[in-house]
Amino acid sequence: MDTLPAERVALVDLLDRLLAGGAVITGDVVISVADVNLVRVSLRALVTAVREESHDVFPHRTPSDRPGDGGA
Amino acid sequence: MSDNGVYLYAVTKDLAPSALGDEPVGVAGAPVRTVSGSGLTALVSTVGLDEFGEEALRQNLERLPWLEAVARAHHAVATAAALAAPTAPTRIATVYRTDERVRELLRDQRSELTAVLRRVTGRGEWGVKVIASGEEAGKEPEPAEAAGERPGTAYLSRRRARRRSREETSRRLAEQARQIESELTPYAVASRRHRLQDPGISGRQGRMTLNIAYLLDHDRSAGLLAAARELEDGLPGTRIEVTGPWPAYSFTDEEATS
Repeated sequence: MDTLPAERVALVDLLDRLLAGGAVITGDVVISVADVNLVRVSLRALVTAVREESHDVFPHRTPSDRPGDGGA
Repeated sequence: MSDNGVYLYAVTKDLAPSALGDEPVGVAGAPVRTVSGSGLTALVSTVGLDEFGEEALRQNLERLPWLEAVARAHHAVATAAALAAPTAPTRIATVYRTDERVRELLRDQRSELTAVLRRVTGRGEWGVKVIASGEEAGKEPEPAEAAGERPGTAYLSRRRARRRSREETSRRLAEQARQIESELTPYAVASRRHRLQDPGISGRQGRMTLNIAYLLDHDRSAGLLAAARELEDGLPGTRIEVTGPWPAYSFTDEEATS
């Protein structure tokens, strides 16, 4: 029932909105998620990760998983 | 500049330049800047196409830590903007080639964007989730065994009774969710249902029976919160979680309104 500060927003609530909501603006884009079935793709990733996380005490602290590492 | 793209977070109107803070940071640690035109302001960052180009994005979006970092950065920018001015947040990972293309977008879609901004002005998105506790959702009274029944018959009738009981529970929870929705919807100017979250995803016990976003006038949010609390108090074993205010992610396209 409490309202949450931004940093504590549940990832699943955020992805529900960011992957399925938000203005879909096309035009001359490099890419937009409208081009990819990301809702399916990313939610599959999410389910897998959450199931793995439940066995992991520090799920968010793997340095090699930071964005930008490893490139494309 | 073919190695870079322009990541778009949101389109706003009348945003004070100071509203995002001194040195706002967005996805991949990139500074957030504005591109203005046609009376609108887009919030953008320059990003490398090695990370945000088409091929890279397809792969990165499947990596949850990357997705989470980008989602949270996107959300932080959209939230800061929405607190300060009418804001139409864009869907995650919308990347343009140049600032000029973003300006073209503001010009070409000015009327649609203006309509969205008008709709969200003075309003915020609130999320409501209803979760029946595991006990409530799984209530299955042990059926009484009829005297004198043969073991096989008793087994089958127990199975039938359990199935009926599960169906009965589902019906009752669905009806309860409908009632909660009908009590809360009058507070909102628009609503949009989200998919029900699997307990495996939400990491919570119990069965989600309603997941809905409401667009509320700011002065209606206290009323919605109070109504949700009152409903929750009257329904032992059921939690009603309210989150917000969110940037109006669920109300940025025309079809979203109901």
